[in-house]
Amino acid sequence: MGTRNLELEVMRYDPEKDKEPWFQSYTVPCNEDWVILDAINYVKDNLDTTLAYRWSCHMMVCGSCGMMVNGEPVLTCKTFVRELPDKVRIEPLENFPIERDLVVVLDDVMQKLHQVQPYIIRKDDPPAENQEYIQSRGKLAIFKQLTMCINCMCCYAACPQYSLNKDFIGPAALALAHRYNRDSRDQGKSERLDILADHDGVWDCSFVGACSEVCPKHVDPAAAIQQMKVDGAVEFWKQKMGIVGDKS
Amino acid sequence: MSRNPYVRPISTTTWYMRNGRYKVYVLRELTSFLVMFYSFLTLFALAALATSADRWNAFLASQQSTAMLVFHALALLYFMFFQTFPWFKLAPKAMPVRLGEKKLPDNYIIIGHYVAWVVISAFILWLAGVI
Repeated sequence: MGTRNLELEVMRYDPEKDKEPWFQSYTVPCNEDWVILDAINYVKDNLDTTLAYRWSCHMMVCGSCGMMVNGEPVLTCKTFVRELPDKVRIEPLENFPIERDLVVVLDDVMQKLHQVQPYIIRKDDPPAENQEYIQSRGKLAIFKQLTMCINCMCCYAACPQYSLNKDFIGPAALALAHRYNRDSRDQGKSERLDILADHDGVWDCSFVGACSEVCPKHVDPAAAIQQMKVDGAVEFWKQKMGIVGDKS
Repeated sequence: MSRNPYVRPISTTTWYMRNGRYKVYVLRELTSFLVMFYSFLTLFALAALATSADRWNAFLASQQSTAMLVFHALALLYFMFFQTFPWFKLAPKAMPVRLGEKKLPDNYIIIGHYVAWVVISAFILWLAGVI
């Protein structure tokens, strides 16, 4: 198997020493079947042990290794070296504060994910003892795509609205809210409405669609947000006209 | 060890130069100037119509000059490339149609939009006496 030298330009930031981030170059002999995460691991293991970054599974499940590679937010475990030019620039995910080197602060998004009440809310009594909530395959198919999110936050790094307005709830959290709103077992749609229909909810999205284009799991948050706009508008008119909505 | 997170500055005036996707988005948003132009044009037309037959005929003549016809044609193309085509393509995402537990194929929704567009355009042209 052939090797190829890749020049990695990695953004560095030491919170105790640096006033602002700077770039450091490393030359990495890459195997042709490597992904960018392998190249970064090579740096850590052989060239510079001080480099800080997050990763865990190396198989598109944990969602930890999201970074900007040549300006695009990607999972570095999914981005093959052979598809990139000889010089590659690695930066921490855009739109997030940098904790150190390639590690970003995700507190804001974690709080937003919590804010949309991402769990099944029931108004009716739960099923009788030893019974389960019944859901058909068709009802599951309505929201299954939205359950694929691994919280890698590439969508937030791609979103121009979030970059300009940090109050915007943003793609992953809104898609997560929609996942529960579309779940036939859930009855909490009206409880999520105040947050979602707020100015910083779905209406701050201008459908650039960047979130869906970069999503490594094809969750399509942009579509979810547009569907919520339709739902929100229908709900608004229902309330205006005094039509009491269903329990969800 | 202390925390001192670094927040990268975002330019509020040139942020859209960062990548091609944002540039396309801003080109799409620029159609709002055309919407503004056509809003004013409609107001002028209504004012002319309310004033006198001469003013109305003068307005119609002004819109039929070569320069205005070229402008209208370019505006139509601009709208089609940055609004009609992308939105029709995205319509099945924003408004998926479910029949029971099955989903209507995306192409049906997209083709439905184009058919509606042609029918409504033809109706307006018929109303205007063009066809």
